[in-house]
Amino acid sequence: MNQGEVMDERSPDDGVVLTEEQKRRRRARSLAIGLALGALALLFYVVTIVKLGPGVLNRPL
Amino acid sequence: MSLTSDGTEALVQPSAADVSDYVALMKPRVMSLVVFTALVGLVVAPGHVHPVIGFTAILCIAVGAGASAALNMWYDADVDALMTRTARRPIPAGRIQPGEALAFGVTLGTGAVVVLGLLVNWVAAALLAFTIFFYVVIYTAWLKRTTPQNIVIGGAAGAFPPMIGWAAATGSVSVEALLLFLVIFVWTPPHFWALSLYRADDYAKAGIPMLPVVAGPGETRRQIVLYSVLLLPVGASPWLLGYAGSVYGAVALTAGVLMVVLAWRVHGRTGAAGEQAAKHLFAFSILYLVVLFAALLVEGLGGFAGRMPA
Repeated sequence: MNQGEVMDERSPDDGVVLTEEQKRRRRARSLAIGLALGALALLFYVVTIVKLGPGVLNRPL
Repeated sequence: MSLTSDGTEALVQPSAADVSDYVALMKPRVMSLVVFTALVGLVVAPGHVHPVIGFTAILCIAVGAGASAALNMWYDADVDALMTRTARRPIPAGRIQPGEALAFGVTLGTGAVVVLGLLVNWVAAALLAFTIFFYVVIYTAWLKRTTPQNIVIGGAAGAFPPMIGWAAATGSVSVEALLLFLVIFVWTPPHFWALSLYRADDYAKAGIPMLPVVAGPGETRRQIVLYSVLLLPVGASPWLLGYAGSVYGAVALTAGVLMVVLAWRVHGRTGAAGEQAAKHLFAFSILYLVVLFAALLVEGLGGFAGRMPA
């Protein structure tokens, strides 16, 4: 949020200032990307267990 | 956010896209039919697939279809803007920048192929990659704007999903998978031309050489009947050749005859009545594909064909 406040204090010439609606949509997009990445990590975990099972622990030490 | 902007103005344009716009970019209704046919290919294939691996395969195929749709909308934004049916899509409506759609499509497409290859098998992954390539490059970028046979050849892209599902389950492709491919391949022209009959003005305005625009509605109606008649034996072929049971055979023959009847009505009528008949055929054609594949699914799950353990 700090970055947003800093941006708000700048003059419009200094860069892009997002509207509230744009911020809301960016947050929704970020959330969707986060959920998708989390689901992907979970998928890789579950498939690893399914494919290797106890074999996950079977590694040279 | 824009990756391919050519003007500085676009470079400082913040994204206005909502999550729902990205969902729309993946053509969820087309995706649902892809998911369903791919699932049937996976289920009727011989052998046992672990549910988690099967789920992963379907997920990757669905995401691959979404990527194809996004790349299609990225390439076609100019003509989509000219047609009433497509003018409200995210890019022509200005809710998503072209660069965003391109990045989205490339990321999803690459991800779907790599994940399918790593977690399921590389035959299925290669088929998925080829399908995306075929839909985006061969159909969208090349055939769509150059020939009235665009959707006939391009229909192959929509016919691949059950074959990818089959490959995900078996690691190879066989005659049965090829028959499922053929059913959708022959089904696509009457399905799409029925739609194009009552959207001909749109396609003409956008300069897309759909059959009714180039050869006229009379020739289109004739071709619809020809392909519908051809679809009857092709639809029944999995049963005729002994790969599917009698339930599927009965469903395929009944639905196939209805399809021919509806196509014949399109052939015999012009004006408002003809448009109505074309809309009926278009709606029924979707039902046709759903019931045929549902019959295969029921037989596959029930073990009628003697492959799946009950």
